[in-house]
Amino acid sequence: MLIKTIGHYFIFLGHLFVNRESFKTYYKLVLEECIQVGIGSIFLVVLVSTFMGAVTTVQTAYNLVSPLIPKYVISQVVREMTILELAPTIISVILAGKVGSSMAGGMGTMRITEQIDALEVMGINSVSYLVLPKIIASILMFPMLVIVAAICSLVGGYFVGTMTGIITPNDFIYGIRLVFQEFGVFFALIKAVVFAFLVSSISSYKGYYTTGGALEVGISSTQAVTSSVIAVLIADYLLAQLFLGGL
Amino acid sequence: MIEINHISKSFGDKEVIKDISAVFEKGKPNLIIGASGTGKSVLLKCIVGLIKPDAGEVHYDNRDFGGGDRDMKTEIRREIGMLFQGGALFDSKTVEQNVMFPLNILTKMTYEEKIERVNFCLKRVSLENVNRKMPSEISGGMKKRVGIARAIVNNPKYLFCDEPNSGLDPQTSILIDDLIADLTEEFDTTTIVVTHDMNSVMGIGENIAFLYKGKKLWDGTNKDITHSGVKEVDDFVFANKVMNSLRES
Repeated sequence: MLIKTIGHYFIFLGHLFVNRESFKTYYKLVLEECIQVGIGSIFLVVLVSTFMGAVTTVQTAYNLVSPLIPKYVISQVVREMTILELAPTIISVILAGKVGSSMAGGMGTMRITEQIDALEVMGINSVSYLVLPKIIASILMFPMLVIVAAICSLVGGYFVGTMTGIITPNDFIYGIRLVFQEFGVFFALIKAVVFAFLVSSISSYKGYYTTGGALEVGISSTQAVTSSVIAVLIADYLLAQLFLGGL
Repeated sequence: MIEINHISKSFGDKEVIKDISAVFEKGKPNLIIGASGTGKSVLLKCIVGLIKPDAGEVHYDNRDFGGGDRDMKTEIRREIGMLFQGGALFDSKTVEQNVMFPLNILTKMTYEEKIERVNFCLKRVSLENVNRKMPSEISGGMKKRVGIARAIVNNPKYLFCDEPNSGLDPQTSILIDDLIADLTEEFDTTTIVVTHDMNSVMGIGENIAFLYKGKKLWDGTNKDITHSGVKEVDDFVFANKVMNSLRES
């Protein structure tokens, strides 16, 4: 059953590039999707990541009980956690809930109200017309949102750390800059692109093949979120092994 | 002209369409009728290619729709206009954008030409001053008319209507039927209407195929249907007490 579903998913992906419309058509659709995925999610991303950074700072400080460990290690740990894991992975999981369910719900509703059939009857490849812009927009927007999340997370950590007296501003900045490896940012962006593809394509797939009525649209949305999150977590592990673990 | 030969379709163990052949002529409404669950909509979806039949062929003016290559299939589909049961209007687009949609995708017309064509089609279905309204802001009958406007906007050679009267009051139903008949004559399209509405049958049924349990049991015109001599057809036509009393009298 799982193998069949995966096979079906790859066939679905194959339809993305067959019998496409003009680039002009996609340009407008991609922009519309970028607004929905990017602008529509920015408030949530800023909110979650700021608190994520703040909480990480407090909890790291709480665990560093030895007086021999310098304070700037707190911001160093926050930086590494944020850039390598929290910003790309947690934000992608959150976006799977917000953007993924919206994509699946929208596609499912279009399916049960025959809007997808209407596109097909007009001779339009509905997979390519509806799904490709979502995937491109997600691939463009997720890395930007991850960068925003990383910055907000560090800013959140900075304010909470300095205002509560956990760490001085100078120590925090010093820790952030100490032994900074640019590859970490590059790796986070690679993860964001992979997660964007997985979330948008899996959610669209689940929505596209919805059958039944309103209840099934809800089920498709839930399945889209669950499947996307599982795929993101598996991909997270594989990418970590591939780029950091010497697989 | 659309010709279907020996179309069959099953879902699992259930055979929904059984070896149906028919010819749908150009320039007049062709009706596929029958009780609910007899496979009318499935047959229509097989004809337009939304469902792949298990067996049989569909020919659009002697062009093999199922057996042809992808380009030919796309070419034929771009000559099709279809009115769906629920209208199938795009919820995120206005009435104007909905009607203009096929022109945006399938033509290279300028914006002014497209607007002119959209307004012509909306006027043709007696809808004016609704261009900026969203589908959720208009009535069921208006949605059907917008659906018809969208179906005819690109001058289709083939027009398909799936239950055009479902959920409409009798007067609006007659209006929609007359509109379909007029448009068929005006644009010389090959029109196929799936319905179980007897008003439609008697009003515009110039070429009728009666389906019963997935099989084509009878074909003829609205003039013949009241004396078809087929029990199942009589049961369908005279299901209404008034019609039955008329027959008896």
